Amino acid sequence: MKRKILVQRGENSDFFMHEFEIKGDEGMVVLDAIHQIQANDAPDLAVRWNCKAGKCGSCSAEINGKPKLMCMTRLSDYDPSEPIIVQPMKTFPIVKDLVSDVSWNYEINKKIMPYQHPSNENDPIMFQKDIDRVQEFRKCIECFLCQDVCHVLRTHDMKPEFAGPRFMIRNAGLEMHPLDQGNRLEAIQKEHGIGLCNITKCCTFVCPENIAITDNAIIPMKERVVDEYYDPLKWIWKKITGKSN
Amino acid sequence: MGVLTEDFETRKYDVLVIGAGGAGIRAAIAASDEGVTVGLVSKSLLGKAHTVMAEGGAAAALGNADERDNWKVHFRDTIKGGKHLNNWEMAKIHAEESPKRLMELEKWGAVFDRTEDGKIDQRNFGGHRYPRLAHVGDRTGLEIIRTVQDQVVHQKNVDILMECTVAKLLTSNDRIIGALAYHRNNGKIAVIQAKSVVIATGGIGKAYRVTSNSWEYTGDGHALAYEAGADLQDMEFVQFHPTGMVWPPSVRGTLVTEGVRGEGGILLNNKEERFMFNYIPKTFAAETAKDEDEANAWLEGKEGAMRPPELLTRDVVAKAIMEEVNEGRGSPHGGAFLDIANRREADYIKKKLPSMYHQFKELGDLDITKERMEVGPTTHYMMGGIKVDARTSASTLKGMYAAGEAAAGLHGANRLGGNSLSDLLVFGNIAGRSAANFAMKNEMLPHNKTTIEESINQILECFHEDKKENPYQIHSELQDIMEMHVGIVREEKILDNGIKKLEELKHKVMNTKAIGGRAYNPSWHLCLDLQNMLTTSLAVAKAARERNESRGGHTRLDYPDYDPDLGKINIIIRKGPDGPNIIKSTKSKMPTDLKEFVEKEAL
Repeated sequence: MKRKILVQRGENSDFFMHEFEIKGDEGMVVLDAIHQIQANDAPDLAVRWNCKAGKCGSCSAEINGKPKLMCMTRLSDYDPSEPIIVQPMKTFPIVKDLVSDVSWNYEINKKIMPYQHPSNENDPIMFQKDIDRVQEFRKCIECFLCQDVCHVLRTHDMKPEFAGPRFMIRNAGLEMHPLDQGNRLEAIQKEHGIGLCNITKCCTFVCPENIAITDNAIIPMKERVVDEYYDPLKWIWKKITGKSN
Repeated sequence: MGVLTEDFETRKYDVLVIGAGGAGIRAAIAASDEGVTVGLVSKSLLGKAHTVMAEGGAAAALGNADERDNWKVHFRDTIKGGKHLNNWEMAKIHAEESPKRLMELEKWGAVFDRTEDGKIDQRNFGGHRYPRLAHVGDRTGLEIIRTVQDQVVHQKNVDILMECTVAKLLTSNDRIIGALAYHRNNGKIAVIQAKSVVIATGGIGKAYRVTSNSWEYTGDGHALAYEAGADLQDMEFVQFHPTGMVWPPSVRGTLVTEGVRGEGGILLNNKEERFMFNYIPKTFAAETAKDEDEANAWLEGKEGAMRPPELLTRDVVAKAIMEEVNEGRGSPHGGAFLDIANRREADYIKKKLPSMYHQFKELGDLDITKERMEVGPTTHYMMGGIKVDARTSASTLKGMYAAGEAAAGLHGANRLGGNSLSDLLVFGNIAGRSAANFAMKNEMLPHNKTTIEESINQILECFHEDKKENPYQIHSELQDIMEMHVGIVREEKILDNGIKKLEELKHKVMNTKAIGGRAYNPSWHLCLDLQNMLTTSLAVAKAARERNESRGGHTRLDYPDYDPDLGKINIIIRKGPDGPNIIKSTKSKMPTDLKEFVEKEAL
């Protein structure tokens, strides 16, 4: 079956929509369509991808305006009489065509205090019930779709003030690790700006790994920050003694 | 060719690591720990390399799930699974060191699934005598790459070059002195000076059509090393994983983890027969269940019951499925049925195999907790690769090291599932350390200006007006040749024909055309990748033509049995003035005590 695909192309702020016709096959995903276009019509069409199985988080894009992985989005989910519109993620600068520059995310990750293992602990003993939540966050494939959809980053472009949902779960995964010795609450509040999230849950809705980003990571972290910095009794205690606890 | 006006960037590192999957990142960490400067070059973004797709687990004889396990049994399983072609010393080092390398990951923040008493849980897998695979559901590779990734970004003196491809290795007087690379995002050339180099570029699967591998697996490291004069070894041994998706067409080849069988999944043909009972090799009979009752008793954990035949090594299972299909007993889309729905509760399946559940639901409209999957063989892994020294991971080219899938020896003729993730940790570490030591003892050598200019011209040649061929079309032709002539079963005449076709394809490959500019241009990248795929494919085909026996991943219709003499030999491919030379190299002998231990029938 023939299908129309409308792909955003171009670089250096010179962008245009390019219409292609492809031959649809059973079970085909949007990434297959893009590959077919490369092979037949536009060899230089830029797209970033790796595993084509929803495991690496490379092929993030906006399909009919919705942030999605191209490899996990079936053509059959869309009305065949309408063209499918494929665009790069809007929150990041465009390198070319469907490829965006996501390097900012790697810079943010570098600033997060890594896991701090207890010095006396040799072979870690942890119980499954205590790590289920941490493992939920560690499912993250770094597709950055949550960063793309987050209005603090997307609409208000507050990258210097807000690390975004991906790094809230990274922080939460470390803070909730049963053996971790680090304390990241000050950084989560000040550098990573958790207060800027007003829990619209857009990130949770687009997560291809179904991580409950807002409910399980951001809200509990907000609570910890509030407990630490906005508890009036704690505040008075700190003023008097100069100690944090 | 005109005067070179290319404005290239120059970089200098003690150690250059090419490839940022598990092996490359682990090597970079090890080299940096030794105190040298490191450049880590990645074709993709960091964390997206093939390691991320590994599902089932990492093999290490921790003895958490069964205390009878120890390194010696792991060693024995690896040798038996590799059909005795392994480099025994590598197999020994691997079995001894993998527990330590794995435990280290938890100190860096990894969080594996637990046993009741809070230790790392271990699951059953093909060819492993005891439950041995540390895992996180079926996303173990993600856990491992994310852990080493978060570790390496905090290491001292490590520069990470993302989306950067090495196109040529530079040598001087039979020693490595650096590499030439291009940045994918803007097409700029980088000339990198290095005292030593670690190749950790992974596999070659993209030379085949039905494969579980991503676009990155174009045999870059194999081809770069070959061109630079290093020896390649065991190139005839390509692993066809028995269970890839077969339907719908767009996902044909996508991996279905062996973990499904490890968790109790069974294989059936269209006559509802559990056919694997008909394919048990003599050497594995003593440790395989004789009938379904015994196999079911094993699943329930009954002592003394032997393992089900679905957990035989991958080479055996892949060939069995192929034979069932050829005999007309296959599933509707040309595979076998894989059933976990009738073996485990839905909640258990979703907890232990979440990404398989997700993958079939989203891409195949199928609920694996209710229905059977259809599966068939898919090109998965390269056992062969750069010949290395077991203790140092040194290649035959001075200053160059190799680790992970790009290196040869550990897995012999067939790799056991789970031995890849442990391989890359153990030998990534060794290679990184050795490369650092070499760098500390040797000088940085200057590059030759003319060679650099010539090399840059070669990289840019496919932009010339007179080039004609569409690289995507040629890639497709290459895949057809490899599927048809150098696939799961091989035969002299078919191989000869394949080699001829590959040689004829060469001028087309050299005539492929890049369209458009230098920035993020996949047509240009593919033109260059194709040269690597062709070099590697020829090495695979020629080695396969040379090995007149069937062993592990290499099956010859005209030589269906083992040849004991060939079992003592590795086939080496080395660049000569007129193309690849084939050299037969005698393997080093395993010490008697280990040999006797391996040959004991059942433990």
